[in-house]
Amino acid sequence: MEFEAVIGLEVHCQLKTKSKIFCSCSTDFGAPPNTHVCPICLGMPGVLPVLNKKVLEYALKLSLATNCSINNRNIFARKHYFYPDLPKGYQISQFDLPIAEHGWIEIEKQDGTKKRIGITRIHMEEDAGKLIHDDKRPLSYVDLNRTGTPLLEIVSEPEISAPEEAGEYLKVLRELVRYLEISDGNMEEGSLRCDANISIRKRGDTELGTKTELKNMNSFRHVQKALEYEIRRQTALMLDGQKIVQETRLWDEAKGITLPMRGKEEAHDYRYFPDPDLIPVEISAEWIDDIKNGLIELPAQKRERFKAQYGLPYEDIRSLTASRALADFFEECVKKFNNPKKVANWIMVELMKLLKQDALDIAQCKIQPQHLAELLLLIDEGKISGKIAKDILEKTYATGRPPTDIVNEEGLLQVSDDDTLYSVCKEVATENPKEVDKFRAGKKKVIGFLVGQVMKKTKGKANPKRVNEILIELIG
Amino acid sequence: MDDAGLLRLSCLELRALLDKGEITSFELTNACLRRIEEVDKKVNAYITVDRDGALMGSKKADEMIRKGESRPFTGIPIGLKDVLCTKGLRTTCASKILKDFIPPYDATVVERLRAEGAVILGKLNMDEFAMGSSTENSAFFPTKNPWNLDCIPGGSSGGSAASVASLTSCASLGSDTGGSIRQPASHCGIVGMKPAYGRVSRFGLVAFASSLDQIGPMTKTVKDCALMLNSIAGSDIRDSTSHPSPCPDFLDYTDRDIKGMTIGVPLEYMSEGLHNDVKEAVEGAISKLEDAGAVIKEITLPHTEYAVSAYYIIAPSEASSNLMRYDGVKYGFRAGDYDDLMDMYIKTRSMGFGQEVKRRIMLGTFSLASGYYDAYYKKASQVRGIIAEDFQKAFNECDIILAPVAPTPAFRLGEKTDDPLEMYLSDIFTIPVNLAGLPAISVPCALSSSGLPIGIQFIGPQMGDHLCIQFASFYERLRGNFGECPIS
Repeated sequence: MEFEAVIGLEVHCQLKTKSKIFCSCSTDFGAPPNTHVCPICLGMPGVLPVLNKKVLEYALKLSLATNCSINNRNIFARKHYFYPDLPKGYQISQFDLPIAEHGWIEIEKQDGTKKRIGITRIHMEEDAGKLIHDDKRPLSYVDLNRTGTPLLEIVSEPEISAPEEAGEYLKVLRELVRYLEISDGNMEEGSLRCDANISIRKRGDTELGTKTELKNMNSFRHVQKALEYEIRRQTALMLDGQKIVQETRLWDEAKGITLPMRGKEEAHDYRYFPDPDLIPVEISAEWIDDIKNGLIELPAQKRERFKAQYGLPYEDIRSLTASRALADFFEECVKKFNNPKKVANWIMVELMKLLKQDALDIAQCKIQPQHLAELLLLIDEGKISGKIAKDILEKTYATGRPPTDIVNEEGLLQVSDDDTLYSVCKEVATENPKEVDKFRAGKKKVIGFLVGQVMKKTKGKANPKRVNEILIELIG
Repeated sequence: MDDAGLLRLSCLELRALLDKGEITSFELTNACLRRIEEVDKKVNAYITVDRDGALMGSKKADEMIRKGESRPFTGIPIGLKDVLCTKGLRTTCASKILKDFIPPYDATVVERLRAEGAVILGKLNMDEFAMGSSTENSAFFPTKNPWNLDCIPGGSSGGSAASVASLTSCASLGSDTGGSIRQPASHCGIVGMKPAYGRVSRFGLVAFASSLDQIGPMTKTVKDCALMLNSIAGSDIRDSTSHPSPCPDFLDYTDRDIKGMTIGVPLEYMSEGLHNDVKEAVEGAISKLEDAGAVIKEITLPHTEYAVSAYYIIAPSEASSNLMRYDGVKYGFRAGDYDDLMDMYIKTRSMGFGQEVKRRIMLGTFSLASGYYDAYYKKASQVRGIIAEDFQKAFNECDIILAPVAPTPAFRLGEKTDDPLEMYLSDIFTIPVNLAGLPAISVPCALSSSGLPIGIQFIGPQMGDHLCIQFASFYERLRGNFGECPIS
């Protein structure tokens, strides 16, 4: 019997507004506990929330970028439960009228085909604080810095049918929020969080099976692994004729399994009702248009354009458009050195290697687009060799000095002057009689070794193409 | 002039004396403090008297007056219902759960009055979390009616009303969720106004039912009420529900005529259940106003009978949510002996809240529970809309509505404490106004056969606070001298 998985994802995305959603406290991460708090986010008696308009703007951006329809009238609702990290005893969220519904994003499957995943809804809400448990004593500490940080919850339709698709969906979503510059989209740091609903059914069946809800996965890899495990677990139960229990299960990273959450923590009646402290938020058509018009080019559109404009292979395009900053870097560079393929190669191979070493982002890199263009122009004009260029790139990377300056100051200009090259080639021919003989005997490959020797003597500055020609002329 | 003689003066009269330099705020404040010492052990209006803060405030005010920077409330000693947050001054809501809570911020209204140089004498008693109609639900002690110490002063702003009536403050602020300003004002023979919803910022008012709560003045005269409303009203960026429209000068409406204007009298409010003395008082007022040139018109508010039921779903629902935060984690009372987190929550809330508060939390929790929400909270919200429509229609036919405030004069302490439903019905004429978000003012009208004050209320159309003041002030002049509170 063949089974298929039905997966829906609930993603919480922390917005990087300067201040919190209902007060003016900073949203900065990593401050000493309970320093970014005020009577409002502490839920003291008598205080009132006031909506941060920026949150609405960010929510609209994502809603439009995910092809959702926008609700012009937004209502905030209170979701009640007792927990020490929730100072008011309720979370201000949205229930009946979320900001956006009925959207979709497109993902690419393993086989290269595209698939649309529906977005059920996107809503705004506030984050809770954090509990830090003492590992020696039965004590917990409450840090409310995070309380009131704005979140978007993005709920997908159950249209994801494999763990890899879930991973792809998350990647696309992360790319979107980063492109829109509304979130860091970092799962490890918790600015992106993902819960999954999963059930399985016989392939071809239309009815949904009993689902479980998976929580506590804090990387893309863990989401995939948890889903894979859960498919195996549910399949085994089905094959064994057992029933699947609808429950919330926690991913245990160390053991690589999911375990049911304790029943008590699950039994919630959130008693949603419209928050009387916040008036309904009306979103005007003009504002939506403004945001729509101001919306930057999204990854999918960018890829289409790159294909048409630069004629690059798909793999290159994917890498270059992985972030807005990288794509911008590429385009700036091409403006000054019009050879897209060469620019792409240098970015993807040499530049990425350097960035990866230090785990840096392109935005933090000292190499400017004009630096790379300059460097490629120097190669193109035969002024430096590719090998020297790599050294120069490293130096620019470390210091931010323009390549031309480095070439001039360190005398790295390529030697193309024939007199010098002839004399070095003669020297090399004299010092390597065996190789010369081999060449003459027909082993033409040996020429590479000889060219290498010339390069060594000229510290890489000789023009290898010209050296090749001179050597053949001398010994051929 | 003795203390009582001085303190019998209105805020406006005191303003003149202060500005002319015939008296200092320091002297006036001391007079109030002496009066509190003398009288409040009988009345029990104050939970906290801030002697030092008040005297310091009075000196600052005298400085302002000396420099010619005097504003309407500069140097006037006032009291605040203990539901209003005061920076550095204990704010208890008359609850054990906030017994030692000291807010690090002022409510917007407190901030505005302080900026004018008002002197804050202390915090006034109330029903716990403003839930009640008699001030008997205070976790600390009941307040007595200054007209008859065996009677309740009304509630929940009973302390605020009793202190103005017993001359232990020159004016006070109360809060009104279902009648909590107007009913005690009526019982204590003073003026009390619930402004239109959104007219006064709720920031710093400890929430009972957010969509119904409003802060309002409790004063000796309608002019003082207008003066105080001028000081506290107006939009506030810290309260999203505060109304953006600019406020008129309310004092400007206190000397106007009402000739030719129409007063609506709702049929449903004058029916059976109304105490005879109250009925006579209201009818007396109607005929006086008619004689003075007002047009009297019988109107109908057909859904009045559903108001109390809708209110007792909406208000407790919101309360159950607003009171979630008192969990023993961050501030306020925490039970001492608990096994785990859940046990801490249960013990803290069981011990920290009084009976009536717990009753309403349970009512509200039930009304919002999934599966019951549609039948209770949602239905009640619909009823609320219909009641608001009733008023809207009525105001097509009249400029103002005249109605009784409470069905009976003040009852005796303990008389209704065992019968919550009977207690709830004492707000039957005030509740619909809160549901509709309208302004209304209670003004003293007559004395009952047993010598207790009876008030009438003028209910205004949406954002028509100035009309309430206009009619109340006109009526006040028409009525002439009202009896003197025996304790004063």
